[in-house]
Amino acid sequence: MPERSTSPGLSPRQVLIILAALAAVSITAFMVIGAKGSWGFVLPFRGTKVWGIAMVGGAIAVATVLFQTITANRILTPGIMGYDALFRLVRTVQIFFLGGLSYATFNAQLQFALETVLMVGLSTLLFRWLFNRAARDLYLLVLVGIVFGVLFRSLAGLMQRLINPNDYAVLQDVMFAGFNTIDKSLLMVSTLAILGTGVWVWRLLPALDVLNLGRDNAINLGVAYRSVVSQVLIIIAILVSVSTALVGPVTFFGLLVSNLAYMLIRSHKHALILPAAVLLAIIALIGGQVILERVFGFDSALAIIIELVGGVVFIAMLLKGNRK
Amino acid sequence: MIRTQAVSRAYGDTLVVDNVTLDIPACGVTSIIGPNGAGKSTLLSMVSRLLDMSAGSVTVDGLDVTSTPSDVLARRLSILRQDNHISARITVRDLIGFGRYPHSKGRLTVEDRSHIDKAIDYLDLGALSDRFLDELSGGQRQRAFVAMVLAQDTDYVLLDEPLNNLDMKHAMGMMKLMRQAASELGKTVVLVLHDINFASWYSDYIVAMKGGKVAAQGPAPEMIRPDVLSEIYEMDIKVHEIGGQLISVYYG
Ligand SMILES: Nc1ncnc2c1ncn2[C@@H]1O[C@H](COP(=O)(O)OP(=O)(O)OP(=O)(O)O)[C@@H](O)[C@H]1O
Ligand SMILES: [Mg+2]
Repeated sequence: MPERSTSPGLSPRQVLIILAALAAVSITAFMVIGAKGSWGFVLPFRGTKVWGIAMVGGAIAVATVLFQTITANRILTPGIMGYDALFRLVRTVQIFFLGGLSYATFNAQLQFALETVLMVGLSTLLFRWLFNRAARDLYLLVLVGIVFGVLFRSLAGLMQRLINPNDYAVLQDVMFAGFNTIDKSLLMVSTLAILGTGVWVWRLLPALDVLNLGRDNAINLGVAYRSVVSQVLIIIAILVSVSTALVGPVTFFGLLVSNLAYMLIRSHKHALILPAAVLLAIIALIGGQVILERVFGFDSALAIIIELVGGVVFIAMLLKGNRK
Repeated sequence: MIRTQAVSRAYGDTLVVDNVTLDIPACGVTSIIGPNGAGKSTLLSMVSRLLDMSAGSVTVDGLDVTSTPSDVLARRLSILRQDNHISARITVRDLIGFGRYPHSKGRLTVEDRSHIDKAIDYLDLGALSDRFLDELSGGQRQRAFVAMVLAQDTDYVLLDEPLNNLDMKHAMGMMKLMRQAASELGKTVVLVLHDINFASWYSDYIVAMKGGKVAAQGPAPEMIRPDVLSEIYEMDIKVHEIGGQLISVYYG
């Protein structure tokens, strides 16, 4: 018998079961540890929070894995490529033209839907153009992404300076959300958006696996390459809109969970990698929150720590890629 | 039949494939030869819709490759490029399994598995089938990719330098396999080759490219001649008949 070259370890299925169990433990711990007062208040309050965090984590995880598949690398994330900066620019432009008062009183869900549509349109145009040119050169992509990010941020910064102080207050309010201050008015519409993209991703799963073989092999095998890549870009734009609207920009977190998922699952199948990445995101965000806040008593340090670790991993991977 | 009509490809101002009109006969082995940079890979990429043409058109069995849906073509024509790099970690068997994607869209049937097993067998990959691609030698990896294309089981098989990295035994085995596919299964095999003796021995038809144009074409015996080859490669090439086969000698 030929020897299997994978080191003896857990099968992908076993890994998924363990991750699911860990996620369940994290969620339960988050709900019950340190609860004071009536359960009737604590559970719904914390439940909403868990729900929001889980969705944001899942959205970032899926967006990152998909982005890495279509760019054939494990180093980039939508955040690094300036996606969330673009979303915040779209939001600033809206407040700039509508004025803070009408923005604040305007139906939040409608607002968000409008922003997402704009975001999908702009990012798909931009990144499709970019992939036609630079997809094969990772370092060029990184560079362009950084330039895009700076450009979007400076544009948004410029407009923020031009608007009046009252509008700016509204802006600050909607711009600087965080894992602790998830915007609850958007939970329902975000949930719908995420479920929708979930079904969409599900239908693309076989084609996504083929994309792993690179553009030319995918075309050879009959994948409608342009169409699939465009669809994936739209899905990513929706997911980034959701996560950025709910908690703000997260640059490196996706990098962490996608690479961990690939390390643990050791398969190229998206049907295994995507759930693993989502579960890892939930464990990291909710489990991390429990440990930091409830056990060590730090407030809101989680995002910073995760970004720090993710940033270090990013640099390490760039250096490693360079040596090859 | 593969038919190219006035096909050109330009990069900037340079035409790397220049107005090529060519019929590649069905059911047989056709080899494309020619010096580096002649435009062989570029032509093959356009025929297989991997690269847009600057001008002209290509049909395969009458189907226009730019307008026919990709999945329809994928059941009729397969292509293996000169260089293949995959960043994902995939085993040999999984890679070959992808060859069945055009037929079963990722859900392997019993028939798919038999095609996969046959391809593994043909390319002598039995002992390696559970290895990851990045754990293989260059020639082993090349055979795995060819096996994927064979598993695709298309009437037209296009291979850009399939003998890259192969030792003599496996190179000969591969050419015999192609010969057999053409003669017994009626497939149309198009190969880009640098070893003109392999081309001479195993192909029915030879197309020589040079400077983006078709410099000469014809049945193999008519092409393996000192004057034709010397002109194409701009060097002195002698041809000897050995055991009824034309062998070129160009050393020294
Ligand atoms: N992307 C590109 N941009 C500019 N020029 C290109 C590009 N791709 C190929 N070329 C040029 O087109 C010409 C033909 O290239 P092609 O790869 O078709 O040659 P080939 O006949 O396959 O050569 P080889 O035997 O070395 O594989 C070469 O001169 C090459 O430099
Ligand atoms: Mg070539």
